[in-house]
Amino acid sequence: MISLSIRQRQVMWAYIFLFVPMLFFIFIRIMPTLSAFNISLHDWNPLAEEQTFVGLANYQQLWEDLQDSNSVTRKAFVNTFQYVIVGMPLQLVIALGIALLLNEIKRFSTFFRAVYFLPFVTSTVAISWVWRWLYQPQYGFFNVVLSFFGLSQQPFLKHPDQALYSITAVVVWQGLGFAIIIFLAGLKQIPQIYYEAAIIDGATRLQKFRYVTIPLLNTTLVYLAVLQTISFLRMFDYVINMTTQGDGGPLGSTTTVTLRVYREAFSSFDMGYASALTVALFAIILVITIIQLRLFSTID
Amino acid sequence: MKKALFYIVSLFVFGLVLAACQPQTVEVTRVVTETEEVEVTRVVTETVVEEGEEVEVTRVVEVPAESEVITIEYWQYFFDARVDAMNRLIQQFEAENPDVRVIHNSDIPYADFRDKIAASAPANVGPDVATLFYGWIPAWVDAGYLIPLPEEVYTREEIAEQFSPMVLQSELDGEFWAVPTAVRTLALFWNKDLFEAAGLDPEQPPTNLDELVEMAQLLTEYDDAGNILIQGFPVAPPGQAHHWFREVLVRQYGGVPYSEDNRTVLYNSPEGCEAFTYMVQFETELNTGSNDLFEDATQAFLQGKSAIHIDGSFRIGSIATNAPDLNYGVIELPVTNDIQSTFGSYWTHGITRKAAEDPARLDASIRFLKFITTAESGAIWVDKVGELPAQLTAAADEDLLADPILGPFAAGLPYANATFFVDESEQRQVIIDAYDAVRLTDADPCEALNEAAEREQALLDEFWADR
Repeated sequence: MISLSIRQRQVMWAYIFLFVPMLFFIFIRIMPTLSAFNISLHDWNPLAEEQTFVGLANYQQLWEDLQDSNSVTRKAFVNTFQYVIVGMPLQLVIALGIALLLNEIKRFSTFFRAVYFLPFVTSTVAISWVWRWLYQPQYGFFNVVLSFFGLSQQPFLKHPDQALYSITAVVVWQGLGFAIIIFLAGLKQIPQIYYEAAIIDGATRLQKFRYVTIPLLNTTLVYLAVLQTISFLRMFDYVINMTTQGDGGPLGSTTTVTLRVYREAFSSFDMGYASALTVALFAIILVITIIQLRLFSTID
Repeated sequence: MKKALFYIVSLFVFGLVLAACQPQTVEVTRVVTETEEVEVTRVVTETVVEEGEEVEVTRVVEVPAESEVITIEYWQYFFDARVDAMNRLIQQFEAENPDVRVIHNSDIPYADFRDKIAASAPANVGPDVATLFYGWIPAWVDAGYLIPLPEEVYTREEIAEQFSPMVLQSELDGEFWAVPTAVRTLALFWNKDLFEAAGLDPEQPPTNLDELVEMAQLLTEYDDAGNILIQGFPVAPPGQAHHWFREVLVRQYGGVPYSEDNRTVLYNSPEGCEAFTYMVQFETELNTGSNDLFEDATQAFLQGKSAIHIDGSFRIGSIATNAPDLNYGVIELPVTNDIQSTFGSYWTHGITRKAAEDPARLDASIRFLKFITTAESGAIWVDKVGELPAQLTAAADEDLLADPILGPFAAGLPYANATFFVDESEQRQVIIDAYDAVRLTDADPCEALNEAAEREQALLDEFWADR
């Protein structure tokens, strides 16, 4: 028996403890991911006994669908990017604004923080349904308010021109709390001396924000931008709960890539094509994340 | 410490009392005879309805040794009335077939049913006998998940003779793959109170398509701003209207929805377009309601916010539970050009590949399937679930036809048409999208229909390509 020093024993136990979550990651996360790559090369029907290897046929189909302007798959990709492009910056700007205000106040600051954070800890399904009712035509809260002020009623979720933005608004609202807390943490870390130095140099409020706050918040911004982009790219639960029978309508205007994955896999039983979609999404997330990390972290 | 002990003991006693109160339905006695053979009998107490009264009947059946009992699994989605009805059938089946035990898995929400089946299949667990929507048969057959219906259950002749004609339409590759206990048709529901409030005769619902247009307009009530307060007739493509269009309106306008061999979409004909235009006008021109209002058309009818509603017999149960005071009537779907039609559909039961792996389980599954699809079982089903018996003898029952609510659905059985679906949810989606394109983006109905037909044809082509 080799005798270990206390330090060595501590390290050994650390590895043993780390091994357990690692097992979880290998079998629950990494293996299914790899298996999705494998499935995407097959004509894979979950009900069938044997799955036939088809090479890149699913990717070829995906490529053709992406070029067909009427295909739902293409709509799903276009919508997903739209969610990111509209939702992510909106969320960051609003969250930063609120965080700056919260950073100023002393009284009730905990209360305000709690209020903003509350939606984030609420179940997405519950939130989606409540908003679905708020958005209802005619008797929904928003339409009642509009009528009260003599404004014309809006279809919100029921019209292809408004539905995507209506859903984005909910996602932004729910995710605000999280972004605010992260921004606040970032703001608190900025040493006061920089601001004092800026004041001595005669900087205006705007200049302080532009030349002190923003550069020193860079890491926080990158972190949030990457995280929110990924969460918008994977959007699923809001759409399935807020559209009629979860179809991503009207006219496919709100459908997302992940919703298509689910429909292809479990309604049409085409796991192969669904896996090809997930692999494509995986590649997109990977590329976007790398670009964002490079881009943002060089602005210093 | 003493307190905790006290609680534990009282809980235990309470549990014992509860257990003692449970009705004892099955008693098993083991008698050891001289030859050391174990003979087991079971006293079965059944509740049987005789002349409208529940009577308890007790009989003794022989039970084979535990090792000879075959266990099979039956799966369906969760719906109170269906679960009750099936539990009852299983109880009777097990009493008559003591060598078979049926595990009834119904803890699956409706929306997740296909997911669960799909997850169970690769692991080779799951049902031996499964309930599925008839529209899923082609997909399940394609995957080799179902085995052809064994002749012991029913032969082709027996199905043609005994079952509602729509069951015959689910023949595929020259075989039957599933057989139902019950079937459903569409009919027109109307709210008698709203008819009266609008000054119409509450006992005179629309019987043809012109009357439907006329009455829907008279029944719709608006506020000063033009918002709809009461809907005359909301059309709901995500509900049953896509069926109403395909199998009823298209035929009534002189067209056919699909070719005889189910390979070609034909509803994008001039007749089909006329039918489609008829359907969309309620929302686009007449403004008699919309599926977007009051959550959806079904909810609107349950809440007394819409006067006319097209739905299936399965809705009777949800009205009874959710809107017991609704004063409504049911009548066969409105006619035009003297053509009567309705959409027929059913949840059906098939034997899976898994059951076929073991001859004993296959035999038990065959007996079980046969048992749950008899005319008698259909009669029990109609009582509990409100779906019509699939066997004609039970469906032609005079009491059933005379029933003011179920009668119109039963009357539709002889002329009901069931669509041959290859991908039911996507095929429904194309009609929903065509309808939405017209009402939301002002698309031309005929062009929207052409686009729908094109998309649906692609689905059909894909299905038939490797056949």
